[in-house]
Amino acid sequence: MPEQYDSAVASELIERFDARPEMLLQILHAFAERFTHICEESILKLAAELNLSRAEVHGVVSFYHDFRREPAGKRVVRICQAEACQSMGSRELTAHAEKTLGIGLNATTADGETTLEPVYCLGNCACSPAMMVDGRVYGRVNNERFDTILDPAET
Amino acid sequence: MAQQIRIFVPRETSAVSLGADEIAALIGQHIERKRLDATVVRNGSWGMCWLEPLVEVEFEDQRVAYGPVTPEVLDELLAADLLSAGEHDLRLGSTTDIPYLQQQDRWTFRRVGLIDPLSLDDFRANGGFAGVTRAFEIGPAAILQEVAASGLRGRGGAGFPTGIKWQTVAAAENDRKYIACNADEGDSGTFSDRLLMEGDPLTLIEGMLIAGYAVGASRGYVYLRSEYPLTRQILGEALELARDTGWLGENIQGSGFNFDIELHIGAGSYVCGEETAMLESLEGKAGLVRYKPPLPALEGLFGKPTVVNNVITLASVPEIVARGGEHYAALGVGRSRGTLAFQLAGNVKRGGLVEKAFGLTLRQLLEDWAGGTASGRDIRAVQIGGPLGAYFPQALLDTPLDYEAFMAVDGMLGHGGIVVFDDQVDMAAQARFAMEFCAIESCGKCTPCRIGSVRGVEVIDRIVANDNREANLELLGDLCDTMVDGSLCAMGGMTPFPIRSAIKHFPEDFT
Repeated sequence: MPEQYDSAVASELIERFDARPEMLLQILHAFAERFTHICEESILKLAAELNLSRAEVHGVVSFYHDFRREPAGKRVVRICQAEACQSMGSRELTAHAEKTLGIGLNATTADGETTLEPVYCLGNCACSPAMMVDGRVYGRVNNERFDTILDPAET
Repeated sequence: MAQQIRIFVPRETSAVSLGADEIAALIGQHIERKRLDATVVRNGSWGMCWLEPLVEVEFEDQRVAYGPVTPEVLDELLAADLLSAGEHDLRLGSTTDIPYLQQQDRWTFRRVGLIDPLSLDDFRANGGFAGVTRAFEIGPAAILQEVAASGLRGRGGAGFPTGIKWQTVAAAENDRKYIACNADEGDSGTFSDRLLMEGDPLTLIEGMLIAGYAVGASRGYVYLRSEYPLTRQILGEALELARDTGWLGENIQGSGFNFDIELHIGAGSYVCGEETAMLESLEGKAGLVRYKPPLPALEGLFGKPTVVNNVITLASVPEIVARGGEHYAALGVGRSRGTLAFQLAGNVKRGGLVEKAFGLTLRQLLEDWAGGTASGRDIRAVQIGGPLGAYFPQALLDTPLDYEAFMAVDGMLGHGGIVVFDDQVDMAAQARFAMEFCAIESCGKCTPCRIGSVRGVEVIDRIVANDNREANLELLGDLCDTMVDGSLCAMGGMTPFPIRSAIKHFPEDFT
């Protein structure tokens, strides 16, 4: 489970990449895996240890979709919105997901359980529609299969 | 004593997305419970995605295929004596006799599906490292000649001659040079890079070694998209394997050549598939596109001469060097030599990867391989070359698959992704999505792309709402011209392709 930001852990993660500034994305990935989100303190820390300006670090964090400035829900569901999945009904699947979870894309349920996000291609285009739940890819997802994957009683 | 039975269950994203891990575990349990002399091998995918998970059993010198297998049907299969290639509705016969596979020209993908991707013995027994071994014998100048003679062009989409790019980097004088492999396969409908890296990652490593040796680079980078977590794992394991066995590092196999590869993971940005944005990202920065010139071949990564090549380009090289460039050049048509790994995706009955020599028509691929749509309805539109590629109507399906023939009809072959839509598609919605996607993914550096895409969505909305339709259609045409002429890279410069083609071929959807 992701934990709160911790300066000592952050130092250790940065050291793993020898504090090389060109490894900023890779370090941010390590932060994203370890911590709930990329908080203000982590930006300050990265700027100091990689000898970059805060603006440079902020610029990178905000440019890439993968880095969040707010904690996500316990479970992250990403539904592919790209053309191959569109041709197999991803728009309908997304509407079903939004209805089932009671939220739109880029939102988290009120109980903090599930975050729903778009993703543009998981490379599973011959088994569309595709989605990803906590880093695991699922193919040929119809509404019924979506319900089964998300319902803990079934999985 | 009978030979140990080998059962193949792919460890590949599509197969795993449909239960391959569970199937492999269940077969493993069955073997243990029955104390059988059998083992489960996790191979790559043959690329017959519609049959995934495709399970194979080695039987009388053949590999007998079953598919699509689900965890639910496995008990029944085991009861039907799967391990002795028993009869069942899902039994497909010998894998390599399946017409979909048999009728391909497998060059780059010749080991994908066949071998255990992480077995050096398997790799070498099937021709692996023959290319780099010959490369060390013939030397850099002769390698450059072979690559030029092969006629190989960049498979990432731009189709630039690989031989010329390599010669430029080789001729550049500098203390450091780099090989940067573009594995940011972001185009919808494409997955050939992924299949290669998951099914035969050592081939990519071998291609990068040859590139490094040929141009005088001692360091390589692979920029892999974060949406491919399983690929990351497999490629990471392959890099470790290569290091442990002396195929990466100092004095590789006694050649005196030093080379290592670092794996970088992208962070969900589409534009980072553009080569200069990728270089920025590899340097740890936001993926803003660079001005060209200078060419990356002269001033690329960290300002040093850099070969930037797509996965398939690099992975095609070992066989070219092993067998000689003329064998590759013997395939194909016109200025499109060799093979392209086409990917049949979206609404198709038989989706998957088809590696064929250039020159067959789109219709042949769609009929003979894809077998029509998954929905059973008529094909209405086909998008080729990813989100920046044109939509083709039925009337253009006889276009031969080669770079120049596609350009002649305002299309592009790109990375070989083919996405099929049936007659229920709304082409105005697809055109709108092209602009919307550009607005989401634009790096923001140039105005036509950053602002044009946002305005484009609005204009299309007005056209569809029949708000001053004629004037807005003209405005959209103007906007597309501005984006094509004024954008820094293909993101803004080619977003108009799907839009213009949708309006031209499917005007009835814009009322």
